[in-house]
Amino acid sequence: MNTKDGMKENNFEVIRPGINTTYQDFGRKNLYHIGVPFSGAMDNRNYLISNKLVNNKMNSAVIEFAYQGPMLKFNGESTTFAITGDVNFNIKRKKNSILEKGNSYQTYNLKSGDQIDILSTNRSVYGYLAIAGNIDVKLFGNSCSTNTKAKIGSNDGEKIKKGDKIFFSNLSNKTQIKKLNYINTKIEQIRVIRGTNYNYFSKESKNIFFKNEFNVTKLTDRMGMRLEGNKIKNIVDTNIKSEGLIKGTIQIPADGNPIIMLSDHGTIGGYPKIGVVISADYDKLVQIVPGSKIKFKEVSLSDAEKLYKFYNLETQNILNQIS
Amino acid sequence: MIKNITNLGDAALYCDFGQEVNRATNLNVINFFNNLRDKNFSEITNISPSYNKLIISFDLNLTNFEKIKKKILNLELKKLDNKINKNVKIPVCCDEKYSLDSKRLETKLKISFEKILENFFSKDYFCYMTGFIAGMPFLGDINQEIRLNRLETPRVKVPKGSIGITEQFCNIYTFESPGGWNIIGNTPINIFNKENSKNPALINPGDKVNFYKISIDEYKGWNERK
Repeated sequence: MNTKDGMKENNFEVIRPGINTTYQDFGRKNLYHIGVPFSGAMDNRNYLISNKLVNNKMNSAVIEFAYQGPMLKFNGESTTFAITGDVNFNIKRKKNSILEKGNSYQTYNLKSGDQIDILSTNRSVYGYLAIAGNIDVKLFGNSCSTNTKAKIGSNDGEKIKKGDKIFFSNLSNKTQIKKLNYINTKIEQIRVIRGTNYNYFSKESKNIFFKNEFNVTKLTDRMGMRLEGNKIKNIVDTNIKSEGLIKGTIQIPADGNPIIMLSDHGTIGGYPKIGVVISADYDKLVQIVPGSKIKFKEVSLSDAEKLYKFYNLETQNILNQIS
Repeated sequence: MIKNITNLGDAALYCDFGQEVNRATNLNVINFFNNLRDKNFSEITNISPSYNKLIISFDLNLTNFEKIKKKILNLELKKLDNKINKNVKIPVCCDEKYSLDSKRLETKLKISFEKILENFFSKDYFCYMTGFIAGMPFLGDINQEIRLNRLETPRVKVPKGSIGITEQFCNIYTFESPGGWNIIGNTPINIFNKENSKNPALINPGDKVNFYKISIDEYKGWNERK
C-alpha cells in the first residue's frame, strides 16, 4: 500500500521521545470480555479537532503526548500538520534555521528537514499532533491505539522511543492553512453519577466526597488517576466480588483514597464504586494535572444525558468552524 | 436470570444475576453474554461478564439507559450452539524454578507440595471470566484442601505464564504483572496472542481448562518444537 511513498521515506525521526508519546485513535470496542480496554485518545475533542484541521478522516491515527512532547525531524515531501491542546511548541525551519513559535489550533507547512519541538503542555496533560496523510500504523481490534500494559497496538505496544521512525503515506500538501479560535476551558467541578456501591460509605463520607477537594497525585497515567484527601470511610465491605469496570469509574480501596479508571484501565476490579464521571466531563477530567485539585459534583442520570448532548453539539459546532 | 438492572454511569447497564458466586449463576451470565454477542447490536460497545454481574457499555450517541434497558429486558434468549465454548489444555511446569510459593503452600496447608499438585491436576476448571489484564482467566473451583489466601505482600512482578491459586480460584498471568496469588508453576504457551487478531485470548468465559504437568526439559524445548 505504501511502497511508493515508503520509498520516498516520508517520516519523522524521533530526536527526543517525550514522556508518554503514543499512537492513538478512537480506540477499540468489544474486547472487555478478554481483558482489553477501549484505550484511544484521552481527550476525544482535541483528537477530533486535530484530524479535522489537517483534513484527515475523523478516525485517523494521531500522535498523543503528555507533559513534555517529542522533538521530531521531518524527512520527505512537504505536507501540513496541526497540534491541538494547550501546547507550547516551536518549529525550526531547515531553510533559515529560524525558530518559529507555534500556535495550537493552526496548521503549518512542513518541509523536509524541518523540526517540530513540542516543549510542554501548558497547565494540562495531553496534546495531539496530526499530519495531513496517513501514519503507517498496525491495527489490533480495528485500532492503532498503543496500550503499553497489554503490549498491543502500534509500535508493538510500546511508547515512542528515541531513534524510532514514524512513517507516513499519502501525504497531502494541498491542505489550506487553517486557524481555529479555540480555548480549552477549565471547569470548576467534575460531575459524577452515584456508583453502584454508593451506600457502602458513611453518610459523612458521602458528604465529604461531594463537598471537599481532592489532590490529584503523581500516580496518574493513562490507566488511572489516584486522588488523596479526606479518607472515604467504608461501612459495609472494602471488597466486592470482582466485576467489570468502565472508564470514569471511581473506586475506593481500603485506604479510603479514590482511584478513577481512565482509558487504559484494568477491565476487572474488586473495590467498591462510589461514583462514575459523566461522559460529558471525561475530556476535562483527563487534562487535570497532578498536583492540582479536583472537586466532584453530583448530577442525575437524566442531567448527565442532557449534558452529553450539549457536549456533543458543542464539539460539532467547533468542528464546523473548520471548513 | 437478571435480578436487577441499574445504571453504571451514563453509558453502561449494570445487570445483577444474584449475590452468590457459583457456577449456576455464572453460567446464566455467560449464556446472556453469548446471546448478546450473537445479536451484535451496533449501539453496544462492550460487554463484561463476571462471576455474577454483566456490564453492558453502550454508545450514548446512539441510545440511552432507558432505551437499551428495555431492549435487554425484552431479549429472547436462544439456546446457542455449545461449540461457542471449548476445552483448552494447558501444560504446566512445576519445577522449583517456577513454583515460587511451593514452600509457603506446604507450610500453610500442611500438605507436601507433591500432594498439592496431585490435587490441583486431578480436575478440570471452568472459566468464570477473563480480564483485569489482557487474556487473564479466572478459573475455578479448586478443591477445598488446597485453598488459601493471597500473599500478605503482593509481588511487584509476577513472571509471565505463572499459574496462581487463591481461595477457590486459579489463574494464569498472561503478562508480567503485579499480583498476590500463590504461584505453583508456569506455562510455556502464550495465553494471549495478539497476532491472532480474531481470537487473541486462548481462554474465554465459559471455557473448560485442563492443566497437565510437564518436565523442565519439556518446558524448555516447548517453543522450539513447533
